[in-house]
Amino acid sequence: MSPVETLIVAAVAVVAAPFAGGLLSGIDRRLSARMQSRQGPPLLQPFYDVAKLFQKETIVVRRSQNFYIYFFLAFMVFTTALFFTGSDLLLTIFALTLAGIFLVLGAYKASSPYSFIGAERELLMMMAYEPMVLLTGVGMYLVTRSFIVADIARYPQILAQYLPGLFLGFVFALLFKLRKSPFDLSASHHAHQEIVRGITTEFSGRTLALIEIAHWYETTVVLGIVALFFASVPWLAAVVTAAVFFLVIFVDNVFARVKWQLALASAWIVAVALGVGNILVVFFLR
Amino acid sequence: MPVFLFLIGFPLLVAVCLLLARSQSLRSVVVVFASIVIAVGALSLMFPAVAGRELPFALPMEALSWTVFALELAVAGFIFALGIRHTRHFVSLLALLQAGLAVVTEVLYGGVIESARPIGADKFSLIMAIIVGIVGSLIAVYSIGYMKAYHGHHTDFRDRRPLFFFLQFVFLSAMFGVFFSNSLSFLLLFWEITTLCSFLLIGYNGTPEARGRAFHALTLNMLGGLAFAGALLYLSATAGTVELDRLLTMEKGAALLPAALLAFAGMTKSAQMPFSSWLLGAMVAPTPVSALLHSSTMVKAGVYLVLRLAPVLRGTVAGTMVALIGGVTFLIASLIAISQSDAKRVLAWSTIANLGLIVLCGGIGTYEALWAGILLILFHAVTKALLFLCVGTYEQKTNTRDIESMSGLITTMPRLSIMIQIGIAGMFLAPFGMLVSKWAVLRALVDSNPLLVVFVVFGSSATLFFWVKWMGKLLQVTTAKPADETGIAGWQWFALSALSALTVALVGFYPVVSAQFIEPYVRSLYGMVTTISQGNIVIMSIMLGMVALFPLTFFVYRRKVRVVEAYLGGANADSSSSFLGAGGKKVEVEMSNYYLTRIFGEKRLMLAGTIACAALIFVMFGVAL
Repeated sequence: MSPVETLIVAAVAVVAAPFAGGLLSGIDRRLSARMQSRQGPPLLQPFYDVAKLFQKETIVVRRSQNFYIYFFLAFMVFTTALFFTGSDLLLTIFALTLAGIFLVLGAYKASSPYSFIGAERELLMMMAYEPMVLLTGVGMYLVTRSFIVADIARYPQILAQYLPGLFLGFVFALLFKLRKSPFDLSASHHAHQEIVRGITTEFSGRTLALIEIAHWYETTVVLGIVALFFASVPWLAAVVTAAVFFLVIFVDNVFARVKWQLALASAWIVAVALGVGNILVVFFLR
Repeated sequence: MPVFLFLIGFPLLVAVCLLLARSQSLRSVVVVFASIVIAVGALSLMFPAVAGRELPFALPMEALSWTVFALELAVAGFIFALGIRHTRHFVSLLALLQAGLAVVTEVLYGGVIESARPIGADKFSLIMAIIVGIVGSLIAVYSIGYMKAYHGHHTDFRDRRPLFFFLQFVFLSAMFGVFFSNSLSFLLLFWEITTLCSFLLIGYNGTPEARGRAFHALTLNMLGGLAFAGALLYLSATAGTVELDRLLTMEKGAALLPAALLAFAGMTKSAQMPFSSWLLGAMVAPTPVSALLHSSTMVKAGVYLVLRLAPVLRGTVAGTMVALIGGVTFLIASLIAISQSDAKRVLAWSTIANLGLIVLCGGIGTYEALWAGILLILFHAVTKALLFLCVGTYEQKTNTRDIESMSGLITTMPRLSIMIQIGIAGMFLAPFGMLVSKWAVLRALVDSNPLLVVFVVFGSSATLFFWVKWMGKLLQVTTAKPADETGIAGWQWFALSALSALTVALVGFYPVVSAQFIEPYVRSLYGMVTTISQGNIVIMSIMLGMVALFPLTFFVYRRKVRVVEAYLGGANADSSSSFLGAGGKKVEVEMSNYYLTRIFGEKRLMLAGTIACAALIFVMFGVAL
């Protein structure tokens, strides 16, 4: 791609991703409602919510807490641009992590016990899923011999047939990354009361809207990585990604939240068993 | 005289002056002047025309090797006497054995060892000297103010500052010696001098605790010295040369055992498991010592040697064992750091972990790994020196170094807090140096040994956890208190600011350093080289630019927002620093970090690491024999 083309693709991705993410969030809420025998809100409800949040007053505990959120969003946008322009996969993952760290720092800065505990738990969850995500990058390299997302996407075969373990492991990590039950320890989306809203407790108005938008970007990128496993057959990639998204929502509604010990242990055991196991098989059979 | 020779000699001269300088003002003048000279000297090494690579004259080898031999015996004799005096007989025994090996080597092979290039510089030694010269002189300057305050606080310790500064500069000289020695017997002498300086500086305050830990460090380092002397004897007997560059071109089978012995010495010096305990004990020393010897420079001599051996270790089972020791050390030390709340111990464990990563690179020994390893040394030296000095400053001001006590530091000591944050970000965050290097390590490993990738990815995740929670503690403010950063000397601020600036600037400059020094060195050994692609450098630069925008947000600090008290379940007492608990009693809000000691406790994990790495060492020697 020429620099101009890259910029155009980046711009399109950056504009389109929040719409995709917002829609997914709407679908999520509808599906969750149906699983709970409720009607659920309109599909576009997330957009209405965010629009309304923008009109609310911004209330803070510490004056600088919102700054971290701006950077959380900025780096999430940057990650999205990196991923969809086909840049280095590891670098994309690092940018994603950097964005996540800004959110955590914002929660620390807010200095309320609820956001503090949310920040601690979010960090713990990051530590839990990070190995699996990095191993995914390594595994894709071992098959395609490239870390470049564009090259990986162009690989003629379906990656998942060589990397079934990594694929399953990544789906497992997705539950952490999207803060879904049973691993929604840091920011409870459901009516769990013990940590209020955890990491986002002290954010309101416009800032809360920005967190939501950043989350839409996040959802789009991580589902993009899921699609990468099947990139050579686009329709299959779409079907599998949709199925994975459905599965995540299903699990979210079926399982109760676990304690951090189990979350951490299960994430690392999955990463070793499925992730490392798969990588060793690929490396030695190659 | 070439600059590199000057860098060995000049600090020695300064050291003697400092031993004689009894007043604080005179000492300050000498230290500042000498530091400037050393820093300028080190910087001048960047210019090939000035640096010089070879000696312009032939050394009187006969006389010189006798001098080195005599000095080696003197060092061994001194350590022997120390051991006898403090009834540490094992240390004496080690000194005796080492002296014995030296005598045997000299008597049997002293005459036949040819010596083509005992001293010289190549790109690797130059970059090491530049790092040590700059970081070392900044730490020396910092020490002036710190040591004055140190003796102000600790009136019970005997004020031995002349000795302190003497040792610091002797040490610097020895470090330059290590890097510019091509002859291993010269290198061993300088190596032992750094061990001795380390011993004396750890025991500086003279308490029984400090002395005990100093001897512990000495014992473990002497084990390494013994292996080093063994390698010398073996090389003299079988190859007739003791020069480092010749070792690399020797036939692999013959070079492997001495390389394993030298790698063993390097791993003791770099506090790899199972030898990590000495470095933790060394934290009892005044903080500039921890920064200079036990994080930025001396321990780097160990990994320097391991990286030197990379071409020999590459593709051998012994090399894989070295890499595994590094990998296990990286993982376990990173996990243990989670459980530590003493800031200096966190830094110590993180140092051990990063040294492990470098050892891993050396053990793999491919050109990609070597490139990543040297890059790691560069970034780690600067960033860790900054962090150690920051923690030292904090301790000087508050008499504690507990991370839990640092909450609200952003209001009480804003400048220091920002510098710690720069240091922490430099240690693990994209796009800063250590992350760039870790990324390079990952890329190096996927092609050679994906099993080792596992250690890196799990270790890195642990790294992320313990650094961010520390950073969070700095930011979190329960009750804002007025700022007070008085009592910290101007030179201390100077060193801290310079190191902070370097940490950030290196992100932009490392491609230049890499192209100037690291790539030519790697290419000279392997004929090929790796680097980070132009496109990725652009991306990293954009990220750096974005992160650098963060301070700008404070221009809108007073922007219109409504500030309220934090939510405390609706039971806030007067402010959000306390709430109404059971029975209407007022309870103070306390927030503390997770340390997860039951899972990541030091004792258990250290035992596991020690056993695993000890076993790996046995295998390493087993296959090298």
